[in-house]
Amino acid sequence: MMTKTENVLEVKNLTVSLPGDGDRANAVENISFTVAPGEIVCVVGESGSGKSVTASAVMGLLPAALKPTDGETLLEGENTLTAGKTRLRDLRGTRMAMIFQEPMTALNPVARVGEQIAEMLEIHTSMSASERRKRAIEIMELVHLPEPKKMVDAYPHQLSGGQRQRIMIAIALVLDPALLIADEPTTALDVTTQAQILTLVKEMQERRGTGVLFITHDFGVVAEIADRVVVMQDGRIVEQGPREDVLRNPQEPYTQMLMASVPSMTPPERKPVEGDFAIDVDGLVKRYGHNGLFGRGRVVLAASDVTMHVRKGETLGIVGESGSGKSTVARCIARLIDPTAGSISLHGTEIATLPESKLRPHRRKVQIVFQDPYRSLNPRRTIGLSMIEAPVNFGTTKADAIVRARQLMQLVGLPADALDRFPHQFSGGQRQRICIARALMVDPEVLIADEAVSALDVSVQAQVLELLDDIRQRYNLAMLFITHDLRVAAQICDRLIVMQKGIVVEQGPTRQVYSNPSHSYTRQLLDAAPGTEVEFGSGRAS
Amino acid sequence: MVFYLLKRLLATIPVMLVVAVFIFLLLRLTPGDPAAMIAGDYASDAQIAEIREKLGLDEPMLVQFGIWLGNIFQGDLGESFFFKKQVSELIVARIEPTLSLSLVTIILTVSIAVPMGVISAYKQGSWLDRLTMGFSVLGFSIPVFVIGFGLIYVFSLKLAWFPVQGYDRISEGLWGWLRHLILPALALSVIFVAFIARMTRTSVLEVLGEDYIRTARAKGQTETKVLVRHALRNAAVPIVTVIGFAFAILIGGVVVTESVFNIPGLGLLTVDAVLNRDFPTIQAVVLLFSLVYVLINLVIDLSYTVLDPRIRY
Amino acid sequence: MTDVKSLSPGRQTLRRLVLNPSVLIGGTLVAMILALAILAPVLGTRDPNELSTSNRLKPPGYEGTMRVYTDEGRMKVPVWYPLGADTLGRDVYSRIVYGARISLVVGVSVAGISIALGVLFGLIAGYFRYLDGVIMRVMDGLMAIPAILLAIAVVSVFNAGVMSVIIAIVVPEVPRVVRLVRSIVLSIREEPYVEAAITAGTRVPTLLIRHILPNTLAPLIVQGTFIVASAIIVEAILSFLGLGIPADEIPTWGNIMGASREVFQLHPHLILYPGVVLAVTVLAVNMLGDGLRDTLDPRFARRV
Repeated sequence: MMTKTENVLEVKNLTVSLPGDGDRANAVENISFTVAPGEIVCVVGESGSGKSVTASAVMGLLPAALKPTDGETLLEGENTLTAGKTRLRDLRGTRMAMIFQEPMTALNPVARVGEQIAEMLEIHTSMSASERRKRAIEIMELVHLPEPKKMVDAYPHQLSGGQRQRIMIAIALVLDPALLIADEPTTALDVTTQAQILTLVKEMQERRGTGVLFITHDFGVVAEIADRVVVMQDGRIVEQGPREDVLRNPQEPYTQMLMASVPSMTPPERKPVEGDFAIDVDGLVKRYGHNGLFGRGRVVLAASDVTMHVRKGETLGIVGESGSGKSTVARCIARLIDPTAGSISLHGTEIATLPESKLRPHRRKVQIVFQDPYRSLNPRRTIGLSMIEAPVNFGTTKADAIVRARQLMQLVGLPADALDRFPHQFSGGQRQRICIARALMVDPEVLIADEAVSALDVSVQAQVLELLDDIRQRYNLAMLFITHDLRVAAQICDRLIVMQKGIVVEQGPTRQVYSNPSHSYTRQLLDAAPGTEVEFGSGRAS
Repeated sequence: MVFYLLKRLLATIPVMLVVAVFIFLLLRLTPGDPAAMIAGDYASDAQIAEIREKLGLDEPMLVQFGIWLGNIFQGDLGESFFFKKQVSELIVARIEPTLSLSLVTIILTVSIAVPMGVISAYKQGSWLDRLTMGFSVLGFSIPVFVIGFGLIYVFSLKLAWFPVQGYDRISEGLWGWLRHLILPALALSVIFVAFIARMTRTSVLEVLGEDYIRTARAKGQTETKVLVRHALRNAAVPIVTVIGFAFAILIGGVVVTESVFNIPGLGLLTVDAVLNRDFPTIQAVVLLFSLVYVLINLVIDLSYTVLDPRIRY
Repeated sequence: MTDVKSLSPGRQTLRRLVLNPSVLIGGTLVAMILALAILAPVLGTRDPNELSTSNRLKPPGYEGTMRVYTDEGRMKVPVWYPLGADTLGRDVYSRIVYGARISLVVGVSVAGISIALGVLFGLIAGYFRYLDGVIMRVMDGLMAIPAILLAIAVVSVFNAGVMSVIIAIVVPEVPRVVRLVRSIVLSIREEPYVEAAITAGTRVPTLLIRHILPNTLAPLIVQGTFIVASAIIVEAILSFLGLGIPADEIPTWGNIMGASREVFQLHPHLILYPGVVLAVTVLAVNMLGDGLRDTLDPRFARRV
């Protein structure tokens, strides 16, 4: 017993098998690592690396299709893989607890948050209802929720995303478990909220000596909080060790590649672009909703008095958190939605108010690449048909369009026979390349990338970013790059616009904005970006 | 809350207006003279003229509609051509059997279907689930009158446990009343159960896949409590909604069941009215049933505010 | 196995379809009933409307004679009633076999017409938002009248017959299809690939046909199958109540049963035989629908 209690968690040779027809036999294969009390161990990897499966296996929450076939997960010396159902239930909450990625859906929407914290006490202790309530308020105070005495009776929908994640942490920690498993707990949150939650996790772990198993895909987060790092790829552990060793001196080529792919927070030197204005936006306003019959209607100013311009051959970034209005601006410029007021001048032509029939010839000039590569291509049509749709609309013959499509496929690094295949036969990164090629089919003047690399794994993201930068130069495109990711923005944008709640709070050359932000919100954003003290992206030629 | 209630009540007005217009137009827009149609094949010209007068058929369409609607609001549903009585009187006289049948059916249905759907969802893929799903396809497929005759054949003719047909008023004794209602209610509830059980199963299955169910399990909550406290509380809104929709099936079924079991309710009245082209009665009954259906769904809508804290108005 | 992935999404679905047991069993049964309807004249049937006063209410399997009038005068011919004779001495077996025709005709026409109208109004309501309000209010109104009641009301103003029954059943089905199509249009028009097509300068009619309509196909096939089933039931109900197709013109399963209501206590088979055939048919169609839904599109599995 004495030696075993040294580690809170010991995963030994764990193998979890996948159901028969998958592309590999095991979700995780023969992995071993430990978590000591008071230690934060980050398991980091790209999608499909098996990091989340590992977490679920320890908690005994694996989906029925996944079966652990070998190894053990020792929680304070007790194997949770072989524990009976009742024992497992006893352990959950008391000795190990878990928080999840989506705070918006992880709480029961019809139960008060206090009740959901108290439920933990109800299951595992003999406290009375009033004691449970008192304890719930205490723990809410501990995770720095405002006015816990009031909030204890609130429903989840009345709380912000960050507050809900605090409630989740409160639920997880109320019984002082030895091990906290956090499965991408900040991925769905804005960067400023993420920073607060990371601080909270660290604070709780230090104060209570909890061992933390932290699952993430984000090296910034790893740099921010990890004591030790476990790097996973395709269900196997590639490398593990103390944070400093792994981050500053990675041994394995895969780790080195990942680290090199993470964009650096330091913008490179860029020459100011001197071309003509490709697009000139002046006083753009987008208002949603209208005053209701009884004056109770809700009006949201999604974008308010946005003025900006993009030159030929220039990349203008719009950064901001969710609800900042950055996508609204992009969609107005692409005329997917109609602006409420203001002017959008495309090479001297005013398009903000053009009716659809007159707008059509101008559509060609502005093309857009969307965030979700899985929904950007019509699943029923071959890549070729999707590629030639726009040029054929504008009068190119089919044969010419197909010749052009072949050339562009080559340009984005895909074989020409890809044209005959369907979207489901390509990976996310490949699909995003196809979408970029599709946008280029009509020789646009403006290319809008609306969070175009946000859904991609970091290694793929680096490649797609490089491709975007390459085509901007090659075709002298004006590129409008919408992103929430400050690392990405630093690397690809010539100039930046920072938006908050529909308003442009700052703009200027990227380097200047990063080194000398003038608005407090910009500073807040930059400070919140995780892992700034570690320099990533050394391998990227820029 | 009061504001919302008002808003919802107001929202039913256009719906009922569409219903009223439809019912009104149905008769006026048919080819031929509505008066002649109402009067039947053997009516004299004088009779037709009288009907024409009564309905104001020589007035412009909009005026006719105004008169008709105005009369309805005053409780004047017209006079039945066939029964030679005020339609409102007819309805009052016929309402008890229909209410009784509906009530017994609903109680029977909900108490069987909801647990069936919940268990079936929880034990997805088990033999119990397959049985429920099998029963539900079967229930959708056998018309209510076939079930009705099947039940009469077995339980009334062969076993002689229940009366073949007819209805006893509740004032004449509870047992007689219930004895006459058991078979029709059973026949009627089959499709109703099939529908609600299946939809309950779908709703619960959907909820069981939610993240907060995983959270509850991660807390170490027992499976029963996960089901009751988390899954059912969240599935309540869709289940109640489905029960509301199902009232349409119930009302349609009442018409048929009353015919099969010869229960002198509104359903039988409807069929008799149609067979005798008694249009004032048909219009009134359709309007009444629609109003009841709309009001039931209004009540259900309002119950959401209690069931789901996210819905606050 | 490896080449499945290279198939188009359409072919993959087709592959799943033929492997689904519900589709197989339901489909086979439906095919058999279809054959019954088409081959009715050669399946040992007689004129289903031929009356014989002397053979009224004969039991199943009864063999006897029947008077017929030909050019050579009155003569007796042998007859066999495999499923008995009805109150007017008509051959129940022949009536049931011929009845399959009406059920299928009504079922398929109702499904076809309601889907055609539903798609039209659904696309309009879903894409042209300014017409949405009006269309949906009318649909809400129609939905507020319970389906069977609405069908009865419609049938009451027409002369009884196949056409009026079809119209009567179509009216309550249309709003359901409109709702389905509209909801799909509303969700699909938000898809990035539709927005990509808009920026590609694709015109609205092409956009609807090329990118939006194909998404309604699977749910509509499923919905259509269920409409066939419910139309067959509603037709039977109407004819059973004597409000649908008259028994002396065209035999339908509903009016065969309706005509025998008075004698049910003594001759239950007159109702039970057609009842079983009716139930099996609807069951087959429903099974086919369930199988189609499971394989084609589980997202729109709602049955309201």
